[in-house]
Amino acid sequence: MEKSIDQIYQEALKAIETAAGPKDVRSASVRYLGRKGILTQFLRNISSLPVEERPTAGQKGNEIKKKLEKAFNEALVKSEASTKDLEDHIDVSLPGRPVSCGSLHPITQINQEICDIFLNMGFEIAEGPEVELDYYNFEALNFPKNHPARDMQDTFFISDKIVLRTHTSPLQIRTMEKQAPPVRIIMPGKVFRCDSDLTHTPMFHQVEGLLVDENVSFGDLKGTLTAFVHQMFDVQTSLRFRPSFFPFTEPSAEVDILCVICRGKGCRVCSQTGWLEILGSGMVHPALYENVGYDAIRYTGFAFGMGVERIAMLKYGIDDIRKFFENDMRFLSQF
Amino acid sequence: MKVSISWLNDYTPIKMDAADLADALTMAGLEVESVSERYAYLNSVLVGRIDEIDPHPKAEKLKLCRVSAGDHRLSVVCGAPNVKRGMFAPLALPGTVFPDGSKLEKTAIRGQTSEGMLCSDAELGLGTDKSGIMVLDSSLKLGDRLPAALDLSDALLEFDLTPNRPDCLCVIGIAREIAAIQHTPLNYPDYSLDDSQSEISRLTSVKIEAPDHCPRYAARLVVNIKIEPSAFWLQDRLLSVGLRPINNIVDITNFVMMETGQPLHAFDFDRLAENRIVVRTADAGETFVTLDQKERPLSPEMLMICDGQKPVAIGGVMGGLNSEIESDTTRVLIESAYFEPSSIRRTSKQLALSTDASYRFERGVDPNGTVAALNRSAKLMVEICGGKLISGLIDEHPKPQKSKQLVLSTRHTNRLLGTKLNRNDIGDLLKSIEFSVEAQPGDNDKDQLVVQPPFFRVDITRPEDLMEEVARRFGYNNIPTTYPLMPADARSPAKEIDLRNRIKNLMVGFGFTEAITYSFIDNLACNRLRLKTDDERRMLVNILNPLTEDQAVMRTSILPGLLDTVRYNSAQQIRRLKLFEIGKIFIHKNPDNLPQEIEMLVGLWTGARHEPSWHTTEILCDFYDIKGVAEELLRALKLDKLKFTRLPDESCNYTRPGCSAQILVDKSPLGIVGEIHPEVLKNFDVKQTAYIFEINFNRLVPLISGKTSVKPIPKFPAVFRDITIYVKKSIETQDIFEKIQNLNEELVESLQLLDVFKGDPIPADKKSISIRVTYRSPNKTLEDEDVHDLHKSITDRLVKAFDASLPA
Repeated sequence: MEKSIDQIYQEALKAIETAAGPKDVRSASVRYLGRKGILTQFLRNISSLPVEERPTAGQKGNEIKKKLEKAFNEALVKSEASTKDLEDHIDVSLPGRPVSCGSLHPITQINQEICDIFLNMGFEIAEGPEVELDYYNFEALNFPKNHPARDMQDTFFISDKIVLRTHTSPLQIRTMEKQAPPVRIIMPGKVFRCDSDLTHTPMFHQVEGLLVDENVSFGDLKGTLTAFVHQMFDVQTSLRFRPSFFPFTEPSAEVDILCVICRGKGCRVCSQTGWLEILGSGMVHPALYENVGYDAIRYTGFAFGMGVERIAMLKYGIDDIRKFFENDMRFLSQF
Repeated sequence: MKVSISWLNDYTPIKMDAADLADALTMAGLEVESVSERYAYLNSVLVGRIDEIDPHPKAEKLKLCRVSAGDHRLSVVCGAPNVKRGMFAPLALPGTVFPDGSKLEKTAIRGQTSEGMLCSDAELGLGTDKSGIMVLDSSLKLGDRLPAALDLSDALLEFDLTPNRPDCLCVIGIAREIAAIQHTPLNYPDYSLDDSQSEISRLTSVKIEAPDHCPRYAARLVVNIKIEPSAFWLQDRLLSVGLRPINNIVDITNFVMMETGQPLHAFDFDRLAENRIVVRTADAGETFVTLDQKERPLSPEMLMICDGQKPVAIGGVMGGLNSEIESDTTRVLIESAYFEPSSIRRTSKQLALSTDASYRFERGVDPNGTVAALNRSAKLMVEICGGKLISGLIDEHPKPQKSKQLVLSTRHTNRLLGTKLNRNDIGDLLKSIEFSVEAQPGDNDKDQLVVQPPFFRVDITRPEDLMEEVARRFGYNNIPTTYPLMPADARSPAKEIDLRNRIKNLMVGFGFTEAITYSFIDNLACNRLRLKTDDERRMLVNILNPLTEDQAVMRTSILPGLLDTVRYNSAQQIRRLKLFEIGKIFIHKNPDNLPQEIEMLVGLWTGARHEPSWHTTEILCDFYDIKGVAEELLRALKLDKLKFTRLPDESCNYTRPGCSAQILVDKSPLGIVGEIHPEVLKNFDVKQTAYIFEINFNRLVPLISGKTSVKPIPKFPAVFRDITIYVKKSIETQDIFEKIQNLNEELVESLQLLDVFKGDPIPADKKSISIRVTYRSPNKTLEDEDVHDLHKSITDRLVKAFDASLPA
C-alpha cells in the first residue's frame, strides 16, 4: 500500500517534468489531484484500511498531496511565464536606436598623443601666432637674410617683414624672451610651406620641443627622444641619430627610427632603407641665447621638432597627406 | 650631388663596398639619398653576333643584319661601315636609354623592321669612337649583358647635402670625409706651377671695382689651344656625374669644379675688348645675354665681369654669349674667383637663375682654393688641349680672409655632448678632417685647444661648430643616452588647451566629427558669405605667393571651409553631416603689424536629425537641433548667465533673417546660432539647408571659471504646478520665463517649458504656452495650500504682463 503512494508521487512528479506547457500541467494536476484524481481516490480509500494503518497512511497521503499541490502550482507558474516569454520574444539582432558619436580628427588624436607623452615628462605647452614676423620665424633663429638655409623652407610671404610661420620654432624665441631658464616647453601648431604633393600640403602640423637648463647635454636629447619614440611606437623601435643641419641648433641631428612597417628589412614606405626620418633635433645654437639675452656659457639646451601628419601617416597607414584636409566623412569616420 | 666610386678612388683608396660606404657617410652627416649602378643602363645591351648580312632593299648604305644573342635572334637595320659576318658586337634591345638621353624603340627604317640596334662606343658612353659599331671579343658569351661581359661596374652615390657643407660639393670634399672614416690618406692633385716669370701682366690685367662683392679674382692665360672634343677619360668623368661633355676647354673647367668645388670660367681671350677684365656692379637699366641665349635685365646690385668695354659674364652665375669659347678659340683666359656668397645669392634669386656655379658660390667656396683650382685647370689645358701656358698668375686679392682661430674647451665639449673625451681624443678627431689643433699654451688643466679650421670649412665659426665636428667624428650613436632633470613642479596649468580639448571631446560626444580645413581661403569667400563692406572680416591677410587662387588669403571665417566640406561630401552622396572645427581666423587691421588671430569654434549640422534607422523615419534637423547643441555645450562648460536673443535682421548677412540668434553671456556677445542664408548656400554650391553655431573661443576662455562648488541636495520634496496661457504669437518664450524669474518668488525653484501650440482651438493670432513650475521650500514639505495662492498670483501676473488669456 505504502509503496503504491510513493509510486503515485513519483509518477506525478514525472508528469510535471515532462509537461510541455501549462495545459499539460493543468491536465496532469486534474489527473492526480482532481475530484476523481488518482491521489484523491487513494486518499478516499484510506478509510477502508485497517484502523491501525489509517493514521500513518492518512498522514503520509496528506503530506504528499500538499507536496504535489505545491509542485503543480510552481510548475504552472513557471510554465506560464516561459510561454509568455516565448510569445514576447524580440529580434535581438535588430540594431539599437542610434546614439551616434562623432570623432576627433586624426591629426588632433596624434597631436594629443604626442603632447601627452611630453606633458607626462614635465614639459608644458606653448602656443603662438600662425602669421609671424620674419624676425621670429627666421632671423632670431639664426637664418640670416640671403642665406641658402632659407631655401630649406618654402615660405609664404605676407610682406617683407611678415610670413606664415614655416615651423613652430618662433615660439622658442618668444618663450625665451619672456621667461628665464629653465624652459621646458612643447610647441604644437599649424605651420605653412608653399609645397603641395603626395607628401606635402601647404598647411600641416608640427610639435616642437625646447629644453634649456644648466648642464643639458646631447645625451639628454637622445634619452628624451628615445623615451618619446618608445612610447609613441613601441619599445622595440630603435633609433639612430645622424648629423644634419638646422640654423638654430648646433650640433644638429636627424632622428631616424627603424621602419615601423618592415622593421628594417626595407620596404616602399622607408624607400628600402629600413629607416624612417621622423624628427629633426639638436642642441640650441648659442646665437639664439644671444638674441634673447640668456647666458650662453651657463645654459645649454636642446630642441626637436616633428611633423604630426608624417607620424599619423605611419601610424594609420595613410599614403596621401592631402586626405587629412579633404575632410571626407568616409575617411574621418574611421578614426 | 652625384659621385662615382671610381672617381673617388683617384683621391683615396675606397676600401668599403658602396652600400657600407653610403651608410657610413650618411651617419657622418652627408646623407646618401641613393646608391645606383652606373652601368645599369647597359643591362639591356647584350653580346651579339652578326650571322647574316643582306642589303637593304631601299637604301644603299643600310644593311639588314640577322643578329643572335643567346635566346634572341633579331633583325637589325645597321648603317655602320664595319659590320661583318661573324663579328661580335653590342646589341641594344628596345627600351635601352642611352647616355645622351634617347630611348631605343622598335622601329621600321625605310620599310624594314629593326628589332634592336648595333651600337658604337660613343653611343654606349664607353668611348669617343662613333665611326662604326663597337667590336667585341669573340670569346664573350652570346646573350650576356654588356656590363657583366665587359666587367663594367661603378657605383654612383647621390647626396642630399645640407647647406652648411659646401666643402662637400666636390669629389675631393667627399673623398676627404671617406679618408677620415676609413683612416686612409687623401691624395690631392698636383696644383703647383712655376711662377718665377710673369709674362701675363704684359698681356692682360684684372681690376676689381667692387671688392665687397668680389674679394678675390685670379686668372691665367693659355694660348695655342685647339678646341676639340675631350679625351674619353674626361668625358667619362663628366658623364658619370650627369654633366654633358661640350668641348675640351669647357669640359676641363667643369671637371675641375666637380673635383675641387671651385667654379671656373673660361673666356675667349680674343673676344675680350682691350684684353682685360674689370669686375664691377651692373649699371641700372643694363641688360645682358647669357650663354643660354636669354637676355636678362640687370640691377645695380649685380656683380658683372666685364672686359675693357662691356659685361662678359654675370659674376658667379653665368657667362655671356659674347665671350663664349668657340670652335676657333685659341687663347683662353681662365677665371677663378671668390665671390661674396650673399651677393651671388641675391643675383641668382633676382634672375631666377641657379647654376652649378652660383649654387656653390652662394654656399661659400674655399676662399683659399682659388689659385689651386686655377692651376689645376691651366695644367690640364696644357696637357690635354696642347696649349701653352703664359707664365705668371694674376691674383687680385683686395680683401684677403684671415684664418680663423677658435678656442675649444674640453670641459664644455663634454658638457654639451654628454661625453667623457679627453683633450687628445678631441684633437685627434678634429685633425682627421684637416683641422689644425694645438694645446692652449699655459693651460695647466689640459682643457683648452686652439683650433684652426681649414679655409674650406666656411661653416665653422664658433666653438659649438667644433663640438659638432667632434660629435660627428666620434659618432652620434656612440654618445651615451641620458635623461634630463625634470622637476615635478615644472608645469603650470594650461587653461586654454584644456578647455579646447574639453570642447572637442564634448562635440564628439554630441555626434559631431572634427574637420580641419585649410587656414587659407579664396579672396572671394567674403563676397560669397555676403559680408558687409565694413565687416572687419574683410580685412584680409593677403599671401604674396599663394599656390592657388582659392588659397590666396588667410581665412577670416571658418565657415567657407566647412561649407566646402559639405559640398565635397554631398558630392560623395553623404548628406547628413555634423561637423565642427576649432581654429584661428586672421583679421588684418594694420598691414604693418601682425594680424589679430581669433580662435573660433564652429559647429554645422545639415541633413537628417537622426542616423538613418529602422526606428524612425527621416526628419531633417532644424534650428532647435543646433541650438540644443550650443546650449548643452555651454551648459556642460558650466557657463551661467547665458542668453539667446533674436539676432537683429541686419547684423549678420550669412544667416537667414528671423532664424538666427545671438549668444550672450551677461549681455556681451559670445557667438551666434542660426540657419545659413539660402544665398550663401547657393554661393558655395551647397544644395541643402544647414545650421551653424559660431563661438568666439577667445571670449569664452575667461568666462570659464573651472571651479565647481556643490549645492546641497534638497531635503524636502517639490510640488509641481502647470500654467497654460495664450499669448500673442510674437511674444518669445524667454520673456515669459524671465518675467517669472524676475518675480523673485523664493519658493519657485525651476521652470520647464512643457508645450508650445498653435492652431485650433487657440485663436489665430495667439499661441498656447504651457510651463511647469517646480515649487520647493528648503525648510519643509510643501502642502497644496502653500502653493495654491502663489501659483494663482503668478498666473495672474503673467496674464496681465503679456495681455494673455487663460484656456476656457
